[in-house]
This record gives sequence, structure tokens and C-alpha cells, in this order.
Amino acid sequence: MKELVVLSGKGGTGKTSIVASFAALAQSKVIADCDVDAADLHLVLSPTVKETSEFWAGKTAAVDRERCTQCRLCQELCRFKAIHDFTVDPLSCEGCGLCYQVCPAEAIRMEDNLAGHWFISETRYGPLVHARLGIAQDNTGRLVAAVRQAALKVAAEHGFNLLLTDGPPGIGCPVISSLAGANLALLVTEPTLSGRHGLERVLGVCRHFGVPALVCINKFDLNEENSCHIEERCYAAGIPVAARIPFDNAVTEALVRGVPVVEYSNGSACRHMAALWGRVRQALG
Amino acid sequence: MIVSVASGKGGTGKTLVATSLALSLEDQGVQLLDCDVEEPDCHLLLRPTITENEAACVPVPAIDEARCTFCGRCSEVCAYHALAVLPQKVVVFPELCHGCGACAHLCPEKAISEVSREIGAVEVGHCGEIEFVQGILNVGEAMATPLIRAVKARAKKGGTVIIDVAPGTACPVVESLKGSDFCLLVTEPTPFGLYDLALAVETARRLYLPCGVVINRDAPGYSGTEDYCRREHIPILLKIPLDQHIAVLYSRGIALAQGMPEWRGRFLSILQDIRSLVGLRT
Repeated sequence: MKELVVLSGKGGTGKTSIVASFAALAQSKVIADCDVDAADLHLVLSPTVKETSEFWAGKTAAVDRERCTQCRLCQELCRFKAIHDFTVDPLSCEGCGLCYQVCPAEAIRMEDNLAGHWFISETRYGPLVHARLGIAQDNTGRLVAAVRQAALKVAAEHGFNLLLTDGPPGIGCPVISSLAGANLALLVTEPTLSGRHGLERVLGVCRHFGVPALVCINKFDLNEENSCHIEERCYAAGIPVAARIPFDNAVTEALVRGVPVVEYSNGSACRHMAALWGRVRQALG
Repeated sequence: MIVSVASGKGGTGKTLVATSLALSLEDQGVQLLDCDVEEPDCHLLLRPTITENEAACVPVPAIDEARCTFCGRCSEVCAYHALAVLPQKVVVFPELCHGCGACAHLCPEKAISEVSREIGAVEVGHCGEIEFVQGILNVGEAMATPLIRAVKARAKKGGTVIIDVAPGTACPVVESLKGSDFCLLVTEPTPFGLYDLALAVETARRLYLPCGVVINRDAPGYSGTEDYCRREHIPILLKIPLDQHIAVLYSRGIALAQGMPEWRGRFLSILQDIRSLVGLRT
């Protein structure tokens, strides 16, 4: 089983467009969208949902006003300032349960939290596992883990040996969770100062967790000087730059039409994405 | 007035808008808080002089094993599985700890104290007259929320505060948005942009925040975003065109309001519109 995770650090560099094209090019694989709180891959792959599962994680406190004696102990002890006027704000409550434990009137209950849903779907390109985290929810990393586990199970059922994951932006818990089990991380960057900065940080996460990385510079001709800086930096650190994809309007046009770039045009971005897939497949072994 | 700049989708131009808003107000007194603590990048456009760097810490349990009877109560009450009690040892998993204090408070032997664990830093400085604060989460740290709280604790009352928010809709975004007067949502006119915009609007509405939209990289060909805003009665406060010159300036780390000063007036107008919209609601 080989797992490829596509990350970026900074958002908006082109992860999802690239994963969608890989989905069209790769054989015998399961696709996972681990960008669970702003999942977009389904907009290009047009899935038919076959199975929906509820994601329950954590708890939220609730005060029974009839039993509450207004002693204020819960309000004083809550580290997250989630209780005001003897009412719990579910957006601030982190479900620690301290209020429930200390309430002398036993007026607080902890309720299980429906934090989101995840889906096993069919697409033209094979099975897709994706999710929708509820608004303002915590436990993002756990939902990412659930998506990944479900995708591995689907892969085993189909006899597939490749998991292709569209990762989230940033470096926090959803990114860390998506890297668990990854054989290779493809880091998509852009030649802007923000892109370079984001690349450094997400490279740091990959190093921290021992995941080898390849870099792709997307829209490289936007600023060739920055692109050269990125290449020099990667070369000095022994990280292969697997592609430099030029800016191509076809990428946005394909997105608007809801199809992968490699199916929409055979222009420059398309050819570079296909070549990138070849290199990635080789690196995966 | 506190204006949060958010998006849902990453890469739409939040930082471009947040820094340009701050620059447009620089002679009127403004503070910019970069709450995208996983990937703070306002500093790349503003190049502030940093005058203070303070470690941001969270409390984690420390067990006094001389007092501990290994009763297991701490592990039982911990909602995050951050403590495991073995026959003669208690193991703490600090990266799972949310710092709620339940274990320390409830230990029957008073054998748990709390020590500080560093998760990142808060930096304070200025860029000209703009007051600047950013949070930088340490690489390998999972939780952004406590650091975002530490950044927001530096917000000054009375003036205008612009907050650059992380992408998405999860709890770091909610923590950043809480307490704002207005949520300015930056989007791009594509199906990805629209889908995530709708999620971001839902998040802002959950917090009872009035919203407005900035469409960045605007070009003809997709009307979904404008149709959505019209249906939902969300004002479109600015459109920034798809323009290679703007993209190149950004790639060089030059803020729009600096590289093309004619835009300052337009960003000032957004703020005036926001003031009216906030005023109408209160």
C-alpha cells in the first residue's frame, strides 16, 4: 500500500487541481479528500455518495437551569470562558467536563457531539472518501483519521494499492493527521513570499514526522526569481523539485467547468501535470 | 471597531486585503492582528519592526509521584486521553492536553500541578503607525486555538483592529472571529471559492456577525458568486480584478495599497461601508 499526500502550507497554491488531474491519470487507487473543513475535490470529481457515516467526537456541556443553583463555580473554573449567565456557549465549550464534575447540584450534563459526516462515494475515476466537518468544530484531526481509515478499507476491498490524498492547508492537527502513514508528500507551492514561507513550514512538519517530500512549483512563471530561490533552497536541502508548472488559464477554466485540467485541455499546465504524475509514481516505487 | 478578514477557502487574498486595509488606515491609528498562526504571512507584506517576542504557553499536568496513589482519577476525568495511569507510573501526553485543569483540580491527593509548555510565540511590533501583532505556532504543534487567544488578548480597545483569519471554518477560525464587529469574506469567482464562501458565511452567521464580500481575481465567466450574494443579501464591498501586475506585486511581498496607492481610497471606502453596516445593526 502506498500513500501520497498533497500538501502546501499556504492555501490556494493548486493542491486540489493537481490531485484531480492525478485522479484522472492514476490507475487502481482510492482518493481521499482530507481537507475536511473546506473540502473542494468533490466539485471536480462529481461523486455519487454510496455511504454516509456520522462523525461523533467530543462532548458539549449543557446546564439544566431547573437544577442550577447559580453558585457560579462552573463559570469560575471554566478555562475556555464557555459559560455565561449559567448557559453554555457550544462554540466555546471544549468538552473537558470539569463543570460537570464539580457542579454541586449535578445540574450539568455532557452531551455527545455530532461533529460532522464522512462519505464513501463513487466517481468516474474510482472511489472517493470525503468528509464535511461541522461548523466551528474541533477534532478535525480525528475526522481526517476517520477518512483515511475508511479509504484504506476501501482500497483493501478493491485490491488497490495506492491512496491519493488531497491534504489541508496549514501545519496543524489536520495536516499532521493526514501525514500519518504517508510514504511521500508532494508539496505544492507558488513563487510568492507567502508560498515560500508556507513551504518552509510544511517541509518542517514533514521532516518532524519523517515523511519524504517532493516539491512542485505551480504558476512558476508568475515570478521566476522567486521560483529560482525555491529551487536553490530545495537543491541545498536535497529535496527534489518534481515540476515547474506555468500559469495557465485552463486551470481555472477547467475548475469552473468541474473537470480535471488533464481532461479539459492539452495545454502547458496539462502536460506538466501529466509529467509530474510520472515522476511522483516513480518516487512512490 | 474590529473587522475580521476571513475566507473559507485558502489563497483567495485575505492577507492581501487585511494588509491593504491596515495600510489605508495607517494615519488614523490601526492595529493588525495576524491570527493565521499556522501560516502567518502579513509580516511578509508589512515587514514590521518587532519589538517584543513572548513565548506562548499552555498549562500541562506534572505529577508528583510521591503523593500519587495511582488511583486513576485523573485519567478517568481527562476528556482528551492525555493521561495514562500505569501501576507505578502516570504517563502524560502533553500534545493531547487542552489545559482544562480538570486533572489538577480533581486529584484527591493534590498530586498534580500545572507547568507551562511552549506552543509558539506572540510577536508585537509596528509598521510605520500600524500596530502589529502576530502569532507563530511551532512546527509540529497540533493546536492553534490557545495561541490565537494569546494574540487576541493584545487587541487594543477603542481604535480599529483588523484581524487576518486562517482559512477554513473550524475552531481556530471561530476563535479568531469571536468578538468581531464585522466579518469581511474574501472569495474568488470559481465554484471552489463559492462553496467555501457559503461555509464561511454559515460560520459568521453562527456567531451573529454581519458579513460583506470582497471578490478577488475577478474576471468574467462565472456569475455564481454574485448570484449567491444577491440571494443571501450579502453586500459585495469590493472587486479586485484578475491582474498580473497585482499578482506580481504580491509575489514580491508588496501590499496592493503600497504598490498601487490609488487603491487606498477604495479600501477606505470599504471601511466606511462597514461602519455604516455595523451601525445599522446596533
